[in-house]
Amino acid sequence: MLCGLSKPTGGKASVAGFDIARQSEKVKQHIGYMSQKFSLYEDLKVKENIRLYAGIYGLSEKQIKEKGERLMHRLNIYDEQNTLVKQLPLGWKQKLAFSIAIIHTPDIVFLDEPTGGVDPLARRQFWELIYEATERGITAFVTTHYMDEAGYCDRISMMVDGKISALGTPKELKENFNANSIDEVFRTLARGAQRGE
Amino acid sequence: MKTLLSLIIKEFKLIFRDRWTIMILIGMPIVQIALFGFAITTEIRNINFAVLAPQHNETVRKLVERIDANTYFTFVGYIDQTKDIDQAFRKEKADVVLAFKSDVGQQEASSNGIQLQIVTDASNPNTAKTESMYLMGIMKDYFSKANIGAAGVTSSVRILYNPQLKSTYNFVPGIMGLLLLLICAMMTSIAIVREKEVGTMELLLVSPTRPIFVILAKMAPYLTLSIINYITILVLSVFVLQIPIVGSLFWLSVISIIYVFLALAIGLFISTVMSTQVSAMIVSMATLLFPTILLSGMIYPLENSPVILQYVSCIFPGRWYISAVRKIMIEGLPLHYVLTEINVLILMSVIMITLSLKNFKHRLE
Amino acid sequence: MILKYLIEKEFKQFLRNSFMPRIALMFPTVIILVFPWVATMDVSNINVSIVDRDVSTMSRRLSDKIAGSSYFNLTEYTDNYKQALDDVEKGKSDIIVEIPQHFERDINTIQHAAIQISSNGVNALKGSIGSGYLQNIAADFNADLGTKQGVTVSTPFSVNIQDRYNPTLNFKLFMIPALMTMIIIMLCGLLPALNIVSEKEIGTIEQINVTPVNKAAFILSKLIPYWLMGFIILTICFILAALVYGYTPKGSFLTIYAIAILFVLVMSGIGLIISNYAGTMQQSLFMMFFFMMIFMLMSGLFTDVRSMPDWAQDIAFFNPPRYFIDTMRSVFLKGGNMMDNSHNFIMLFAFAIMTNAWAMLSYRKQV
Repeated sequence: MLCGLSKPTGGKASVAGFDIARQSEKVKQHIGYMSQKFSLYEDLKVKENIRLYAGIYGLSEKQIKEKGERLMHRLNIYDEQNTLVKQLPLGWKQKLAFSIAIIHTPDIVFLDEPTGGVDPLARRQFWELIYEATERGITAFVTTHYMDEAGYCDRISMMVDGKISALGTPKELKENFNANSIDEVFRTLARGAQRGE
Repeated sequence: MKTLLSLIIKEFKLIFRDRWTIMILIGMPIVQIALFGFAITTEIRNINFAVLAPQHNETVRKLVERIDANTYFTFVGYIDQTKDIDQAFRKEKADVVLAFKSDVGQQEASSNGIQLQIVTDASNPNTAKTESMYLMGIMKDYFSKANIGAAGVTSSVRILYNPQLKSTYNFVPGIMGLLLLLICAMMTSIAIVREKEVGTMELLLVSPTRPIFVILAKMAPYLTLSIINYITILVLSVFVLQIPIVGSLFWLSVISIIYVFLALAIGLFISTVMSTQVSAMIVSMATLLFPTILLSGMIYPLENSPVILQYVSCIFPGRWYISAVRKIMIEGLPLHYVLTEINVLILMSVIMITLSLKNFKHRLE
Repeated sequence: MILKYLIEKEFKQFLRNSFMPRIALMFPTVIILVFPWVATMDVSNINVSIVDRDVSTMSRRLSDKIAGSSYFNLTEYTDNYKQALDDVEKGKSDIIVEIPQHFERDINTIQHAAIQISSNGVNALKGSIGSGYLQNIAADFNADLGTKQGVTVSTPFSVNIQDRYNPTLNFKLFMIPALMTMIIIMLCGLLPALNIVSEKEIGTIEQINVTPVNKAAFILSKLIPYWLMGFIILTICFILAALVYGYTPKGSFLTIYAIAILFVLVMSGIGLIISNYAGTMQQSLFMMFFFMMIFMLMSGLFTDVRSMPDWAQDIAFFNPPRYFIDTMRSVFLKGGNMMDNSHNFIMLFAFAIMTNAWAMLSYRKQV
C-alpha cells in the first residue's frame, strides 16, 4: 500500500512527502522497492537489468553507464555483467536486486523480507549494503522475520494482529519491555496475539 | 498410495476452485457441437442473383420468376450495363449474374435458341461452382418443361452414411480427437511447466513425495475432465445430433482410453522439454492443435490434401484416432478394420512414455 | 523516454529466447506454404463408380457421358453394387450411379427409367455438388435422347459460364488472403496477452508497478514489438505468396495495410482484456482458445457466413475477423478499394474503440 501497489480504503498516509492515496505515482518516483520474491528479469543479463531499471527511473545514458559500472564493481560482479541473471546464485541476485532498487537514489527504499533463503554470509554482506545506502541518506524500510536483523535497524516497529504494538529504537524497546534482546521483546508481544501465528 | 491420493485431491481442489477454467472445459464440447452441428455448413444457400437484360421480355421475366422461386436464390434486381456487373460484385450486392443478349426476342425464334451467360463471382470457387450448377439445373428444367411433359431418365439421390447431408459425420470424431488431446496433452504440459516456471517444482521435488506421484496427481483432474467430455460428446451426438453409434461402444471406449493415455504421455514429454508456459503452449499448438484441426477432416477432407501432407499427417496421433472413431462409430465397421490405427496409437504411446521418462529422470539429476 | 528502455527489454527477451524468433519465422512459412494445400475444399475431382446392371447400348451411352464429363473421374465400371460400395468405404470413390436392369427397354417402351445416385455423405459438399452435376448430365442425356428420336424435348438454349476474379476456380486464391488473418490474431492478440500474464505470474510485474512507469507505457511496450512483428510477418507473407503462387493483390496495398492497422488494434485490445481478467496463463489460454474457436469458425474463414442459420449470423456480426477476412479477399481477388469495403472499415473502427476502451477500463495497476 505504501508503495502504491494497492489502494488504501481509508485513512491518511504519506511517503516521502506525498499522499499515497492521491499521489501514488509521485510516490513511486521517490521510492525503491525490493520484494521477497526475486523479481529481476531472469532472462536478461546483469547489465541489461541495470540498464532497464535505470532507464525507467529516468537516468541519462551517461549516468546509466557510470552508475552501472560503479554498481557492478562494488558487488564484484563486473566480470559477470554478461551473465543471465538466472544463472547467478541467490545471494548475488538479492544484492543485485537491492542495488538496482536504489540506483536512482530514492528517498526511501522498501525491503520486503529481503534476506529470505540466503546464507548467513550473504545476509551479512547484504546488510552492509543497506548500511552503505543509509549513509548516503536513503531511508531503508525493512520488514523481516529475523529478529536479529531487526536489531540492526535504527527504529523498530512491531506489528501484532495488524496493529503497531511497539515502536522505538532497539535500545528503547529493550528498556520498555525489560528484555535482553529484540527477540525477547518479540516473544513478549507475540504472547498477547489473537492469531496463532 | 496415500500420499498420491492426497496429492490428487489437492490438484482437484485447485482446478475446481477456478470456475472459469471448469466452465470452459465442460462447456467446450457443447459449444463445439452446437457450432459444427448447426452453424457450420458447407451447403450454399442465400445466393443473390442479378439479371443483365437489355430487353425485359416475357421469357426473361418468366425465367427470373422461376429462379427466384427456388429456395437457394434471391433476385436482387436488374443490371443495365455489362460494366455494372463488376460494381455489383465488389459491393457484394450480387453473387451471380445471369446475362441475356440484347436480341433475346430474335434468338428465341431462331433454331439455335437463347444464348445466355452466367457470370459468377468466383472468389469462392465452390460457391461459384454450386451457383452455376444450380442455375443450369433450373434452366434445363425450365426449358424442357416449357415444351412437353417429362420423359426419359429421372434420377433419385440417396446419401450414404449421412442421410441428412450435414457435415456432422465428419466433425464428431474430429471434436473428440481435438478435445481429448487438448485437455490431456496441452493442459497437463502447461500445468507441469507452470510449477517449473513459478519455482514450486523444486519444492515438490525435494519433498519426500516421489516425483512420479507429483506428475500423476497433476494428470488426474485432466483425465477425469476428458472422460466427462468424452461422455458429453457421445451423449450430445446421439441425442441432439441424432448420430447413432453404429459400431461397438466398447471398442470405441477402449481406443479412446489408449488415445488419452498417449495424450498424457505427450503432455509429459512436452513439459520435460519446455521451460516456459508460453513455449509449451506454442509447441502444443503447433504440433497438436493445428494439425489435428486441419488434418482431421473436421472441416477439410483429408483426401483433398496433397499426398505428401497425407503422409506427414501420419505422425500426428489425432489422425489415427479420428480415423478409428470414424470407422467404428459412424461406418460401424468391425474391429479388424481399425487394427492399424490401434497399433500405431499403442506404438506412439510406448515411444512417448519411454522418451519422457528418460527425459524426466535426466532433468532430476 | 521510459518507453525506449521497456521496448528494448522486450526485444532482448524475445531474441534471447531461442524459441520465439524461430516460431515467428516458421509461422508465415507454414501459413503460406502448407495451409493452402490442406485448407482446400476443392471438389473438382469427383470419383464415380458406375454400377451398370443393364449393359446395353443406352446404358453404355449414359456411362460414357458421365465419364466424359470434366467433373468426374470414372474409378469403376461394374455390375456389382457391393464392389462399388466397397470403393466408397475405402475412400476410392465418392459417388455411385446405378443403372437398373431393363434400362434401355423401359426407355424405349414406357419412355421412362430411373437411375439411382448414391453419394458418400461423409464429404457433404462433394456429395451434393456431385449429385447436382449428375442430374444435369441426366437432363442432357434426355435432351439428346429426344433429338435422336426426332422429338424436341426442350427449347434449345446455350449457356456460357464466366467465372470472374478466379477463372481457374483455384481454391487457394480464396484461402490465402484469409489465412493471413491468423498471423494478426496470433501475433498481435494472443502473444502480447500471454506475455503480460506471464509477467504477472512470475511476479516481475510487481517490480515494474512500484516504479514510475505508467500504465500506458507498460502496455505500449508490450504491444509495439508485436505490432511491428505482425506487420513484418504480414509483409513476408505477401512476398511468399507472390513468389510461390505468383499471387499479388488486384487492389492496393494501401487498403490492405489500412484495414490491417484497424484489425491489429482490435486484436490487441481483445488480448489486453483477456490479460486483465486472467490471473494465470492457463486461464488466459482457455479464454483464448474459446475466442480463437469463435474467431476462426464463425468468420467465414472456412465456411460462408451467409450459409449459416440466422442465430449464427447474429453471432458472426460481432466477430471482428470476419470484416478483415472480407476485405482481404475483396482486395486480393476483386481489386476492391476502401469505398467498396467501407462497411468493413466502419465495423472494425467501432470494434477498435470498444475493445480498447474496455481494456483501459479493466486495467488496474493497483490491485
